[in-house]
Amino acid sequence: MKPYALFKKDYHSELRTRYAINSLVMFIIVALSVILFSIGNEKIPQNLTAGLLWVVIFFSAMSGLSRAFVSEEERGTSLILHLIAAPTTIFSGKLLFNLILVFLMNIIITILYSVLFEEFIIRNFLLFFLTFILSNIGLAIASTIIAAIISKAGAKGTLYPVLSFPILLPLILISVMLTSYSMVGTSFADAVIELAVLACYDVIMLTISYMLFDFIWKD
Amino acid sequence: MVWKIFLFIILAFVSIAGISFPIVENPQAWYQFPLIPGLEENAKIIFFHVPTAWLTVIGFLMSTVFSIKYLRKRNLDDDAKSYAAAQLGLMFCILATVTGAVWAKFAWGSYWSWDPRQTSIFALLLIYGAWFALRSSIESEDKRATLSAVYSIIAFVTVPFFVFIMPRIMDGLHPGSADDKFSPSGGPVVNFQMNSSMLLIFFLSLIGFTILYYWMWRLGYKSLLYKEKLNKKLIRG
Repeated sequence: MKPYALFKKDYHSELRTRYAINSLVMFIIVALSVILFSIGNEKIPQNLTAGLLWVVIFFSAMSGLSRAFVSEEERGTSLILHLIAAPTTIFSGKLLFNLILVFLMNIIITILYSVLFEEFIIRNFLLFFLTFILSNIGLAIASTIIAAIISKAGAKGTLYPVLSFPILLPLILISVMLTSYSMVGTSFADAVIELAVLACYDVIMLTISYMLFDFIWKD
Repeated sequence: MVWKIFLFIILAFVSIAGISFPIVENPQAWYQFPLIPGLEENAKIIFFHVPTAWLTVIGFLMSTVFSIKYLRKRNLDDDAKSYAAAQLGLMFCILATVTGAVWAKFAWGSYWSWDPRQTSIFALLLIYGAWFALRSSIESEDKRATLSAVYSIIAFVTVPFFVFIMPRIMDGLHPGSADDKFSPSGGPVVNFQMNSSMLLIFFLSLIGFTILYYWMWRLGYKSLLYKEKLNKKLIRG
């Protein structure tokens, strides 16, 4: 069984209920409106805008991405997956699905955010684009492996953000920095180190996830 | 027994010397510490704060090493060792946070100012907290050992980001930050301006605290084993 086949299965079962997409979109709207209500007519400083964007992204990711493995456990289909595919394949398939979900989610968030917040103006587009891609990949990888751990533990819903936050913290801190850089219009050469750290994070997380997923899955 | 006496002597010497040796402009005698601009008397915390932060990381490292060992051999003793190490790590993490915050009140004017180092010690606290939360949510012993081992390894690979990378690329107040004007390379404070007697006491303190950690860890591990045995005895009647 190929990772793509697993992705297609997830994609079709997602389309049938649209559980993850619906709850994600609603969550984004709720989170954004809470922020808008609390701001009111105040003008907020630029670097705060960058931070708030990542608050919305983090909590939206926490609300939607744990479904990948939890749904298999809930439906009791994880045993069948054990039989038909190798652990690496399963992880690749789930990662692919979460990647698409994260990209979709963050594109929606960014578009809504730039419409709703006047202060959110990107001056260095290339920098923001690279940050966006690298941090989305990191977010998808880390949340997929934590989702796998969570699906085997009790208290699935509450534990997910608790376990994910420390792991995602380096990514979030660097992304907030890079987002505010790209809003200020820092030149690309000045932000190379931060981008490199972000890329390192992605590579490290990907490697460690593939190494450890066997142990979680075969449990 | 000998090493316990040795440990007592080291720690007693470090405590007395670290607190009572004077800081002077031009150290002449061996017991005088040099004046570090920007730190002055506050510099003395290095003998007590840095070892706790060091043991936080050591506790984490040991916990991860035994986690890896557990995943290879599936021996529950390794899980107990990892648990004992993490318990101590959490304790020293809290100590490092508190001593750092108290020091920051006098050196920087407020207990907490989200300096990169403070952020990183806070992240370590969160990781330890999450790890214990994960452990308490799983009932089956083997499952708990496996999942917490996996999580501890995943969390461990993020530690270099907090401990080594973030403080060096972000501006901060902590000695050795990216914009520290006294150490242009952004390295640890040890590299510069400490004279040999200060370095000697600093390293003695590190060694003493590490031995203390080892001793406490062994006691913690043994007590876990005895608890386990007692539990089994009680169940069997």
